Amino acid sequence: MSTRVRIGFIPLVDCAPLVALHELGFAREEGLEIVLSRETSWSNVRDKLAVRLYDASHLLAPMALATNLGLGGPRADIVAPYVLNLNGDVICASVQLLDRMAGDGLDAGLSGAEAMLEAIRRNALDRPAVIGVPFFFSTHHYLVRYWLASAGIDPDRQVRVEVIPPSLMAEAVRSGVIDGFCVGEPWGSVAVDAGLAAITLPGQAVWAAAPEKVLGLRRDWVEERRDDLHRLLRALYRASVWVADPGNRTILSELLAGERYVDAPAEVIERALSGSLTLTPRGAQARIDRFMVFHTASATFPWRSQALWFYEQMVRWGHLSATPEAAAIARETFAPGLYREALCAVATDLPGANSKLEGALDSPTPAASRRGKLFLGPDRFCDSAVFDPDKVA
Amino acid sequence: MRAQMKIVVIDLLAERARMITAALADAGFPDVVALGETDNLLDRLAQIDPDAVLIDLAAPSRDMLEQMFELSRRIKRPVAMFVDESDSASITAAVEAGVGAYVVNGLHRERIKPVLDLAISRFNAFSRLNTELETTKAALAERKLVDRAKGILMKMKGIDEEEAYKVLRRTAMNQNRKIGDIAQSIVTAAEILN
Repeated sequence: MSTRVRIGFIPLVDCAPLVALHELGFAREEGLEIVLSRETSWSNVRDKLAVRLYDASHLLAPMALATNLGLGGPRADIVAPYVLNLNGDVICASVQLLDRMAGDGLDAGLSGAEAMLEAIRRNALDRPAVIGVPFFFSTHHYLVRYWLASAGIDPDRQVRVEVIPPSLMAEAVRSGVIDGFCVGEPWGSVAVDAGLAAITLPGQAVWAAAPEKVLGLRRDWVEERRDDLHRLLRALYRASVWVADPGNRTILSELLAGERYVDAPAEVIERALSGSLTLTPRGAQARIDRFMVFHTASATFPWRSQALWFYEQMVRWGHLSATPEAAAIARETFAPGLYREALCAVATDLPGANSKLEGALDSPTPAASRRGKLFLGPDRFCDSAVFDPDKVA
Repeated sequence: MRAQMKIVVIDLLAERARMITAALADAGFPDVVALGETDNLLDRLAQIDPDAVLIDLAAPSRDMLEQMFELSRRIKRPVAMFVDESDSASITAAVEAGVGAYVVNGLHRERIKPVLDLAISRFNAFSRLNTELETTKAALAERKLVDRAKGILMKMKGIDEEEAYKVLRRTAMNQNRKIGDIAQSIVTAAEILN
């Protein structure tokens, strides 16, 4: 008799570990039966997790914090013991916006990202550019704000941010609702293929190791069903290893392409898995290293410093008032203790610390760990700032 | 606050929206505007300036609505999700039924509660109705298909209706498939061969 675990997800390439967990039998090996439900909005995913219609869910990392802080919907007590992926977002500009810049005699040598920034700076549309993000409390929203601010643009005055569901981003460009956007793949590539937009910057150019989605669970479920949690995380760990294996990309992209999951062409999904992106409707190509990271010894570990970085961004932009209590709630949302507890026997290695400096590394660097085999990946910010979690008030 | 509560219903299903609008009017809430999924949803909402918003949870625009309320919450007025955060039973009932409620102008709980209860019961009634309708439709379609297959068998094998039905049933049993599936195969084959 297997235990049923109901999981909600949004159609995006980074739901891959959850799909593999179910489809490749990793959950079954641990005696779990996964019931995956595709959702139309992040708000639904959050609420169904809160009211126990789901046991676990695909969740935007900042959304887990926001829910615990009572921002947005009803307050709930969510824990994130596992990071599903690092990176995987793209920043895009509409073809109209880029054409306008070219028409204005912009230096042709400028990159798409520079042209996009310049268009916003010069007020090329004679109004603030409208940038779409998939959810208010999203990695995307905070990456876009960080990027714009680091380029001297005030994201509250010089652009307008609009929330658009990921799969509707291309349509919003077509109907002129937005001039650019930041979204998780495959929805950026879908807009490029439709001839509507160009990818101007991969998300990791803003933060080289941004925790994108987490596995979210209710704290009471985790307390009552500790053994099931361990089994779930063990199975998920194996699923992540499988998903990250380049040899499995073709079958994985076919699987995700199905209408039950992402419902987009397999070839487009494979671009995100391989990091070989088509940037423009004219077909310019780029090979992006670490475009979407599903597994390394430290990538799925829920670092408390990552949660605190989002907390600091929320405070920075006035989305939250800084208090020691709020900082503690944010810190406790990421649960490295549960990760260690569940994966001590399975993971190749485990970090020694719960927190680290964010933004200090340019290349893979050895770190203190249980077996001495752990490397931390590059995690630079676009402005080269280093975030010290101990300095959060 | 206005005397008459203004309510917006955002529903992908026009039929259900009409049902809820009518029910709300009967319950003493005549000031209801039903909106589908439109490009300028947020502009429309700003014009209407409702006291409460009921939304179909299948609507992708829900996350946009949350953003709008997140902004207005910080600018001017409180917006609460559902009726009361402490009332987890009614939140659960609403999410299960597939309807969300936002209280925009700090309405009192006792004023909005009947609206939400009514929406929950109508959403539930509608999905029961739809399930029954789907089941009936599927049964009817299968009966038509079986009738066509029987007709084909009668003509080709020169047997009567009862015998034709027996052939269908026996084949289904032997192959461990549904009668409807067998009937479909016969109809398809006949279409190709004709």
